[in-house]
Amino acid sequence: MDIATRSIEGGFAEPVFNAQTVFRATMDAMARPGSIQALPPLAHPPAPLSATAGAMALALCDNDTPVWLDPRLQAEASVKAWLSFHTGAPSANTPADAHFAIVANPAEMAALDGFSQGTQEYPDRSTTLILLIDDLASGPSLQLEGPGIEKTAMIAPVGMPRHFVEQWKQNNQRFPRGVDIILAAPGSLACLPRTTRIKTMEA
Amino acid sequence: MYVAVKGGEAAIANAHRLLADRRRGDRSVPALRLDQIVEQLALGVDRVMSEGSLYDRELAARGVAQARGDMIEAIFLVRAYRTTLPRFGYTSPVDTGAMQVERRVSATYKDLPGGQVLGPTFDYTHRLLDPELAAGADVDAPAQRPIEAEAMPRVSSILAHEGLIEADGDMPLDHIPGDITREPLEFPMARDIRLQALSRGDEGFLLALGYSTQRGYARNHPFVSEIRIGEVELELDVPELPFAVPLGSIRVTECQMVNQFKGSAKAPPQFTRGYGLVFGQSERKAMAMALCDRALRATELGEDVIAAAQDEEFVISHSDNVQATGFVEHLKLPHYVDFQAELDLVRRMRAEYEAREIEDKAEDKREAAE
Amino acid sequence: MTARETEIATYNFAYLDEQTKRMIRRAILKGIAIPGYQVPFASREMPMPYGWGTGGVQVTASIIGPDDVLKVIDQGADDTTNAVSIRAFFKKVANVAVTTETAKATIIQTRHRIPEHPLNTGQVLVFQVPIPEPLRFLEPRETETRKMHALEEYGLMHVKLYEDIARHGRIATTYAYPVKIEGRYVMDPSPTPKFDNPKMHRSPALQLFGAGREKRIYAVPPFTEVVSLDFEDHPFEVQTFDQPCALCAAENVHLDEVILDDHGGHMFVCSDTDHCEKRRADGHRGSLAPETHLALEKTEPAQ
Repeated sequence: MDIATRSIEGGFAEPVFNAQTVFRATMDAMARPGSIQALPPLAHPPAPLSATAGAMALALCDNDTPVWLDPRLQAEASVKAWLSFHTGAPSANTPADAHFAIVANPAEMAALDGFSQGTQEYPDRSTTLILLIDDLASGPSLQLEGPGIEKTAMIAPVGMPRHFVEQWKQNNQRFPRGVDIILAAPGSLACLPRTTRIKTMEA
Repeated sequence: MYVAVKGGEAAIANAHRLLADRRRGDRSVPALRLDQIVEQLALGVDRVMSEGSLYDRELAARGVAQARGDMIEAIFLVRAYRTTLPRFGYTSPVDTGAMQVERRVSATYKDLPGGQVLGPTFDYTHRLLDPELAAGADVDAPAQRPIEAEAMPRVSSILAHEGLIEADGDMPLDHIPGDITREPLEFPMARDIRLQALSRGDEGFLLALGYSTQRGYARNHPFVSEIRIGEVELELDVPELPFAVPLGSIRVTECQMVNQFKGSAKAPPQFTRGYGLVFGQSERKAMAMALCDRALRATELGEDVIAAAQDEEFVISHSDNVQATGFVEHLKLPHYVDFQAELDLVRRMRAEYEAREIEDKAEDKREAAE
Repeated sequence: MTARETEIATYNFAYLDEQTKRMIRRAILKGIAIPGYQVPFASREMPMPYGWGTGGVQVTASIIGPDDVLKVIDQGADDTTNAVSIRAFFKKVANVAVTTETAKATIIQTRHRIPEHPLNTGQVLVFQVPIPEPLRFLEPRETETRKMHALEEYGLMHVKLYEDIARHGRIATTYAYPVKIEGRYVMDPSPTPKFDNPKMHRSPALQLFGAGREKRIYAVPPFTEVVSLDFEDHPFEVQTFDQPCALCAAENVHLDEVILDDHGGHMFVCSDTDHCEKRRADGHRGSLAPETHLALEKTEPAQ
């Protein structure tokens, strides 16, 4: 298939209801950090963009939200074409301009503080990171605390950014500024809003 | 025994049925047609289009009819419909200098290129109720003259030749015009945003504020440089085409005020501008808007902010009549839970107050006895 | 019907267009990530007036799906006119199931009350908010209050509350009583009576707040610290009622005063109508309850 064809196919079959399903799963995940929300494959973007991350983009991005793609996604012209066709989202020139950043290779990604952190007056003007993760259960365990968590929660995402726990602690310290993370795994997702504290991490 | 009031749904349905009845009124009187409203209540329709931010005479007329002539309710109906419409694009800025003018007056020059054109105005009518109009008498066709080739430049452009008036609009080159219907307001605001808010602002509110500046609450020495009413062309840039696509024309009223300005730390002595532009024909609104625009430029021009009309947050936050009427009228919704909480507090404070009074009196008596 | 009439008659699922929903959804996610912070959003005109729940309606319209069960209350009651009107709106534009039973609802839109029945994980409580800025009555300027929140400068609020104590011997705020969220943002809980403030603290439900006219959305995630502002020597207290509900004999619930005659006769009944009806169905009887109880709660499935 050529790029033009691939960029047109693979959108939501039912745009209104699919977008609601994806948003609701994301909202629940953001409200209950560490909880894993199931999400059937509603979008079929070109690789290496995953079904889950593609669906997030369709549900949340549009002309008003510059999107930044990491080099692995950037390298695939079909991914850019697909996102552009289905969402109309402009591409962000730098991570700091991005409302959303989609990262296919989190282990190699740039530092969290390179993305928009929002301002003290408008902390909402920050980047939301969508990280493509292979699974949420077989990586090093992260014990989580904070709003949305009754006592503690646990997730174990594979292939997180380098020095993630340290970087996340700094992200916590910038509160109310800071980035929020959506972990997009095959068939499921979880969120780490900036309020979530990582208690311990298994070696 | 107590039975709570139930049946809200039926009550609401019946209320609306009664409303429909009252709207229709006496059935022996012919029902109003929308074309009658469009043609014969045209300035009311213009106001609804202007403050409803939707240029569509028929829909505005529909609003007026449905609202039984309540203008703010009609504006609300139009706004609530407008917000559901998809956005196809933004037209190029209209050129009011190229307007097909039906009325054009300037208070600053006796005569000028293009001349003074009175057009369809209430000015100089004697406000005597007209029995012939009530009787539905025939109306003469208007007098017409052939269209003259003479251009009708904007008066502000004439003044600009002498360098005595500030430049017209000086947004930075990379400034993308805002859209108050798509973005939340943020203060302080750029002038483009502010003008949008003023253009859909309540005529009465802006009129009163403009009036207040004339009476000395931030006086800004205005002259009507020009008011022009007529048709302007709309064009849309389509990326695939090498030329702008004409979409048709709309009728607008533009008012340019020039204001004498003695100069400040920020700007030299010169004439400054206040600007008004509204859909349809509404001089009062365009003039009030221009007065308010000039007053709201106080900070930009280095003037002291001393009056309500100069206070951007105050003016813009309260100029939208759909917002204002909603919030004022929401007071008729039930508030009995909050009232109960207040009642409880006042009762307790009152009881304590009375206990103290009795205590004090007893104390006074004891002291008197001693 | 002309083409235009048909066009006007067809609105999207849940009324809002998809672009508006996305914009509101993004604001909701930010609100959840920054608990208590008021996220500006480009509120739309809704087909009901500003001040009548347009913020709550926009939030509900943006989160609701075909599987949801919606409950709408005003003053705690499902049968108050505005609650009836909003419920009818969603039945019409989203064709969702509606209920009066707190426990059966997945989304509860409310004005001025939090239900008495404890909320569960998975439920979403949507508040209609008139003035979202808790500092607004102390400082009318948005430019100033935004700075205060940025700098966490809440001295003005404490001064106000303390002046109350100096003048009246107590904090004379009975509703819209300010709270602090997770030790950071001071937030307006909407004009709920302060009686309901403790229900917000570490609630298992997600609480979303929509202010349409003022164009703000904010949120309190589940299990989040919600502390009513107070002083050590004047701790926060909720209202207490001297008598139980006259219909269901419930205690420790918020009661409405109902006037019975023009000689000062009155009775106190639950403001939460669902709670009251449930208790009466379970056989609880207050001093003025009718002999037999008619079950009034109802759930209507989507068509």
